[in-house]
Amino acid sequence: MGGFVEALGDILTSESSYVSAVSFAAFLAFGAVGEWVAERAGTLNISIEGMLLAGAFAAAMGFDLTSSLLVSLLFGIGAALMVASVQAQMSHRLQADQFVVGLALNILVLGLAGFLDGELDPATRRAPTVTIPLLSDIPLVGRALFDQSWLLYLIYPLIPACWWLVYRTRWGLEARSVGENPQSADASGIHVNRRRRQAIYVAGITCGAGGTYLCLAVVGSFEDSIVGGRGFISIAAVIFGGWTLRGSIAGCVLFGTVVSFRLSLPALGYQINNQIVTSAPFLLTIAGMALFAKRVRAPDALSRPFVRGIR
Amino acid sequence: MTASVVRALRPTRARRDALAGRLSEVVGLYVLSILGALALSAVLVSATGGSWRSVLSALIDGSIRNPGRWGTTIGGAIPLLTIALGTIVNAKAGLVNIGQEGQLLLGGACAAIVAVHFDAPGALVFFALAAAGVAGGAVWAGLAAALRYWRDVPEVLTTLLLVAVASQVVAFGFSTERLLLAPLSEGQGTQVQQTLRVPEGARLPRITLFGNEFPIAAFAAVILAAVVAFILARTVWGFRLRMLGSNQRTATRAGVRPARYGITAMLISGGLAGLAGVFMLTGGDFGGYRFSPGFSINFGWTGLLVALVARERAGAAVVVAFVFACLWTGSGFLAATGVERRITDVVQASLVLALLIPPAVLFIRARRRAAALRRVRV
Repeated sequence: MGGFVEALGDILTSESSYVSAVSFAAFLAFGAVGEWVAERAGTLNISIEGMLLAGAFAAAMGFDLTSSLLVSLLFGIGAALMVASVQAQMSHRLQADQFVVGLALNILVLGLAGFLDGELDPATRRAPTVTIPLLSDIPLVGRALFDQSWLLYLIYPLIPACWWLVYRTRWGLEARSVGENPQSADASGIHVNRRRRQAIYVAGITCGAGGTYLCLAVVGSFEDSIVGGRGFISIAAVIFGGWTLRGSIAGCVLFGTVVSFRLSLPALGYQINNQIVTSAPFLLTIAGMALFAKRVRAPDALSRPFVRGIR
Repeated sequence: MTASVVRALRPTRARRDALAGRLSEVVGLYVLSILGALALSAVLVSATGGSWRSVLSALIDGSIRNPGRWGTTIGGAIPLLTIALGTIVNAKAGLVNIGQEGQLLLGGACAAIVAVHFDAPGALVFFALAAAGVAGGAVWAGLAAALRYWRDVPEVLTTLLLVAVASQVVAFGFSTERLLLAPLSEGQGTQVQQTLRVPEGARLPRITLFGNEFPIAAFAAVILAAVVAFILARTVWGFRLRMLGSNQRTATRAGVRPARYGITAMLISGGLAGLAGVFMLTGGDFGGYRFSPGFSINFGWTGLLVALVARERAGAAVVVAFVFACLWTGSGFLAATGVERRITDVVQASLVLALLIPPAVLFIRARRRAAALRRVRV
């Protein structure tokens, strides 16, 4: 137990562990903000994993072709939007089961990325860092938050932008009403399934950015295990956070920190059972949901399809 | 007289025409979407410089045409079908279990532990390891079901997250010889992460038919499919389970306790995934009767896709499992064509997506027709 406290102290005082924690938390947050918007509009969107992976692969391809980060970002967002549009059209136009569509999409994207990576093998390298003066001199967290690639900085405006979109625009009010009570929303003239589709496109955009960030700023090369189930942790963060943006981001920070232990503990010289460290974020996610899922209220129509006159 | 007969006949004929029209519409839609999915994969192969004709012929060679291959394909179809049957049960109860990969892996691990450490006559070992495998898979799915009903945690996510945990549990099992790791044998330099072989007597007998060999579990799986179909369609329990899946409120009013039926369905689903692990371990087509960390070879996911393509029908699952097993055995022959074998994953997943389209389109068209009729009447 003493060893545990000591390790915790070492982590809290080591700059590099903040760097890895922030990079994982930011990656999860890219997925979680989009998923939060989609879930507020009533879709439990499990193709987040596929969108992140599609974004990562397309970004690698974009970098291989143009070696421009901006173009890679657009590639990433484009690919994730393609996945999002399949999910949106199939689950909210054709009314196919959203979990089935999401699962099939995840497997399809994983197969496609593995296949195309083997055939094309895009060459990439890690993006350079952009140092923000003054802010990056803050002790401990300065380097982690303000001395990174500009791809990370995208998450800072993205979070308030999503908050504004959902709480301060007409679109957001309509999207939330669609997630709570689609029948009433429909009766007041809101196009329920269109709002839901648009909310999934928002998730596509944030996931495209997240995939690009992961591939070009964190890892620096593409492999098909690059996302490795962490998209699902993003989804769990939204549930853990009780469908509030604040809580979702808090969940991302918590889960991201635990994910980063796998890198930061060995770096500090601690020998820890690898299986426990690897499964810790997943176990913590399950435990977190078990503790909090009952105390919070989900959007009423979450994961229920809307067909006028039937449900 | 004749005029009235004609008048009496007219609606029937119209109905018959409509029915034939509907049938050709249904068949046409299904054929179109399957062809679409295959064409997409073919385009992908051609775009990356391969030849889709050679890929197709390699797939057929590897799965059916070459001597002895369809036996192996049947061997692959057995676990796929078993997993799919479990998935059908939980889907009928309105639950989403997408963690078969973990349940399969853990079931296989539990079976392997018993197989290696339980010293008894062969048949007894087999039944003990089968029970352990089923229990292992059932517990893993039961965890998610318990959290679903006691703590309101969506089972979609827990089953999924438990897949990652299962592979770590298995990795832990391989850290010690007391659980899974095979002791270092004579003349072996480094310890390989695998178990000892399942003892001779505890293996499933294999049948040879026209030069093709497969384990007798094939019959067990087909019988299981019939049993699942019968229970779901013809028993009170199955009826109540389906009622729960289609309308929970009605089911509760009729006296169905959601937690009891839901948890049972998930236990069956996980147990069948574990049983698939037992079949893989003792059947002989996978890893030479040994268990290893990569034992499940994504069959949990593929089995799930089989259930989705079969649209929750046990009879259809038998056929689909064989087709997907063909893609698995055929993919082993793809190396000669120079095309990445992951293309079969693409084919499988796009088939699933494509087959979602026809029923959806039919539903929408039926609604449009009804709406048009209403307008005419007004």
